[in-house]
Amino acid sequence: MSSLLGLTGHELQALLTKKEISSTDLVKEYLTRIKMVDDQIKALVTVTEKEALEQARKADGLREKGVKLSPLAGIPLALSDNICTAGIRTTCSSRMLENFVPPYKATVVEKLAEAKAVLVGKCNLDEFGLGTTTENSAFFATHNPHDLQAVPGGACGGAAAAVAGGEAVFALGTDTGGSLREPASFCGVIGFKPTYGSVSRYGVIPCASSLDQVGSLTRDMTDCALVMNAISGHDPQDSTSVSGATSDFTNFLTDDVKGLKIGIPQEYLQGRVVPEVMASFEQAVKKLEELGAHCAEVSLAHQEAIVATYQIIVAAEASSNLARFDGVRYGLRIEGEDVDSLFKKTRSQGLGAEAKKQIILGTYVLSSAQYEDYYLKALKVRALIKEELAKVFQEYDCLLTPTTPTVAFDLGADKEKISRGKLDSLTCLANLAGIPALSLPWGTLQGRPVGLQLLSRACGEETLFRVGYTLEQNTNQTRLKLKGKEVK
Amino acid sequence: MRVEWETVIGLEIHAELKTKTKIFCSCPNEFGGKENTHVCPVCLGLPGALPVLNKQVVEYAVRAGVALNCAIQSYSKFDRKNYFYPDLPTAYQISQYDLPICRNGYLEIEVNGEKKKIRINRIHLEEDAGKLLHSGSSITSSQYSLADYNRAGVPLIEIVTEPDLSSAEEARVFLEQLRAVLEYTEVSDVKMEEGSLRCDANISLRPVGSTKLGTKMEIKNMNSFRALERALAYEIERQQEVLEEGGKIVQETRAWDEGKGMTAVMRSKEEAHDYRYFPDPDLAPIILEPEWVEEIRASLPELPEARKERLVQELGLSAYDAGVLTASRALAEFFDQTVAVYNAPKVVANWIMVEYLGLLNANNLELEKSKITPKQLATLLIVQAEGKISGKIAKKVFAEMFATGKDPEKIIKEKGLVQISDEGALAAVVDKVIAANPQSVEDYRGGKKKALGYLVGQVMKETKGQANPGVVNKLLQEKLK
Repeated sequence: MSSLLGLTGHELQALLTKKEISSTDLVKEYLTRIKMVDDQIKALVTVTEKEALEQARKADGLREKGVKLSPLAGIPLALSDNICTAGIRTTCSSRMLENFVPPYKATVVEKLAEAKAVLVGKCNLDEFGLGTTTENSAFFATHNPHDLQAVPGGACGGAAAAVAGGEAVFALGTDTGGSLREPASFCGVIGFKPTYGSVSRYGVIPCASSLDQVGSLTRDMTDCALVMNAISGHDPQDSTSVSGATSDFTNFLTDDVKGLKIGIPQEYLQGRVVPEVMASFEQAVKKLEELGAHCAEVSLAHQEAIVATYQIIVAAEASSNLARFDGVRYGLRIEGEDVDSLFKKTRSQGLGAEAKKQIILGTYVLSSAQYEDYYLKALKVRALIKEELAKVFQEYDCLLTPTTPTVAFDLGADKEKISRGKLDSLTCLANLAGIPALSLPWGTLQGRPVGLQLLSRACGEETLFRVGYTLEQNTNQTRLKLKGKEVK
Repeated sequence: MRVEWETVIGLEIHAELKTKTKIFCSCPNEFGGKENTHVCPVCLGLPGALPVLNKQVVEYAVRAGVALNCAIQSYSKFDRKNYFYPDLPTAYQISQYDLPICRNGYLEIEVNGEKKKIRINRIHLEEDAGKLLHSGSSITSSQYSLADYNRAGVPLIEIVTEPDLSSAEEARVFLEQLRAVLEYTEVSDVKMEEGSLRCDANISLRPVGSTKLGTKMEIKNMNSFRALERALAYEIERQQEVLEEGGKIVQETRAWDEGKGMTAVMRSKEEAHDYRYFPDPDLAPIILEPEWVEEIRASLPELPEARKERLVQELGLSAYDAGVLTASRALAEFFDQTVAVYNAPKVVANWIMVEYLGLLNANNLELEKSKITPKQLATLLIVQAEGKISGKIAKKVFAEMFATGKDPEKIIKEKGLVQISDEGALAAVVDKVIAANPQSVEDYRGGKKKALGYLVGQVMKETKGQANPGVVNKLLQEKLK
């Protein structure tokens, strides 16, 4: 039974279909595992034991009746705690929403419920998605299952740690500038951020609305395709949701990269990525060439402006998105002598340091005196970046980079120093351009995972799945062993 | 030499659109209702809920725009206007900042027989906020305030004029005229008392002949046409006094106090918000097909000005009467439909303006809620014209129709109010009156012609007003020869 923990969703589904195991057994196994390891990993803010067992029983019941079930039916999953679950508290790892129980659920939650997947817990994150290490959670820091001294990455560090630590088979989180891919890279799992608008944002508590995108954390590419099949598609409740027919992502799982043209923004990586990670990365490039892909250097004209543009947009949008937490209608309320002091006290005590910093920055860049110099300029540069990337993708099928400038570092370390600037400098480009991006594990350095990142044109998911699947099938670098307390 | 001052006024009008549902969610858009029952995660601003634009809102805004001669923009977008207030669930109002849906329109008004074009700078879409009920007189002086979010997310259009109005009267006439256009096009309920039509004004004075605008003052809280005119008249006088004493007008926002009949400072320029407008990333831009706009233009009803013109030109009404009858679409329709059954426009106009509007006003009732139909009024007027009832009886019957909604013939029959013209039937009454009033009879015979009127009145009294006065007159004259 214990060997179940290391398996992927589709491997488990095969056992469920053959009735070798039941969903109830599987979920119990996971709940036991959570009890065993989560006091050390601290991936979960809320464990939904009761609901999980009930959902598992229902999935088993349907299977008994011979109902045809989805590939995710009965499989344990975790959700980043910024995704609303009706009747289950959704905290965004903030004091502000510590006891907030939404009366509605996110569209992706609805879709997973339709697929009969089983929610086992809600995962820790940097408060409201603002951060890169999950140390900005108002509750506690999450630890990297590969090395408990290390950060799991962030913002969705809890979700990545849950998948890497055997607390869930897969997880959903959000990616604003790398919030899924960066923890995926640090924790050695697959992180996928689809094209902006391809997965509904309804019911997902926003960080920066024009950058946020829901994505998945899985143990292999097949699970990634199955999760995308379940959650993507047009949602009339989200105006930014793209319309049109949805693809079957499993069709993209082809073991063949022959003739693919892969661009490497060498100049951008130089000085940003630490040498050890660069060395691992170069092996991946070599491997892809051996498998028949053509890799070539590309230059990005606006590269110096990428991080600044990203930071301005995040701060501006977050400052406005977080304004609704004022203590009037729901969430934390600290009474004051009048309404203004109620606002001030509630927000002073309810929000953490990083959220406050972003609010101050965002308020500044949107102020009428600064708007043109910062926010408007950032919008213009963003348009130029999009335009340039569109041109790059006329020539190349995808871009390849390391996911992060460094591997995971110790909790409490000076991350800006270690990551030579910004930890999300390689990932935020995809969010600015709204394009799909994949982070794939690529071995480890002293026990800490390295991540490869692939970017493609908007709606160019197929190439990413193709490259990811080919590397998965032809190397032993992409599927790392389950970590945490020794798996019995 | 004394300086002559010129007044410059611009208006900002908010009108709630009467769409079925709210602007960004499917909650019902209805006035009133139990507190916080027309709400959902979207209009309550719960985190993660997202706005989706209601297409009917766009259609209504375009309808208002074409009726007000605006250029409808093929591309417009929504922006967030950021500020904290407990009635605003998301702490930002979704509005349109630099790219509104309509631009460069105008509305023609007529004041003292002179026509004037008032330019409209823009019309933009936005969402309304909730309503607060304070335990004290204001939010800061209250022990507690209650919040009702039924109104949050109700669609609004804001109409901004150019500073083309030059008197309080012009401002009031403009607002009345605008109200009529919005009512005719059926985009809004335009009820100032319910807040579905709200008006703020910007006003400044400058020496006659000067082309430079003076310092403008914003006036808020004018909740009726009368309040608008009074507030502006007050403000013109106040500013003129300040200027003539050599003082300076400081830019500020003032609130009209209806009870005290004066304006008072609400906030100074320094206290003004920086709203930090930016494009709302949750909403796509509004892109309009010109064909769709043309379809809407083609579907517009006859507008107040054209209708008024028609009543004067084709039906021969006075400009004043035509103006009164076309002030609201409902009234104009009532008039037209009555005339369609009984083609005597002047008679119908008089009846509606004197009797009908009189009763409506006396009972503080709106036309839409009255029970009388145009066909019923026409029937009443026809019966009267045929001499079946007298004018006096007609008014009585009308009052009964107004109270009960019954058909006039039914009332006349039930109450036995048919006019008695039969000489045989009236002769006995006439004889009785002659016998009972020897003095008057004598006076009449003695040459006092006035005495006849008294005798006719006595017969009318005996017959409870049902006697045909003409016939009574004739009978009396014959009998007293």
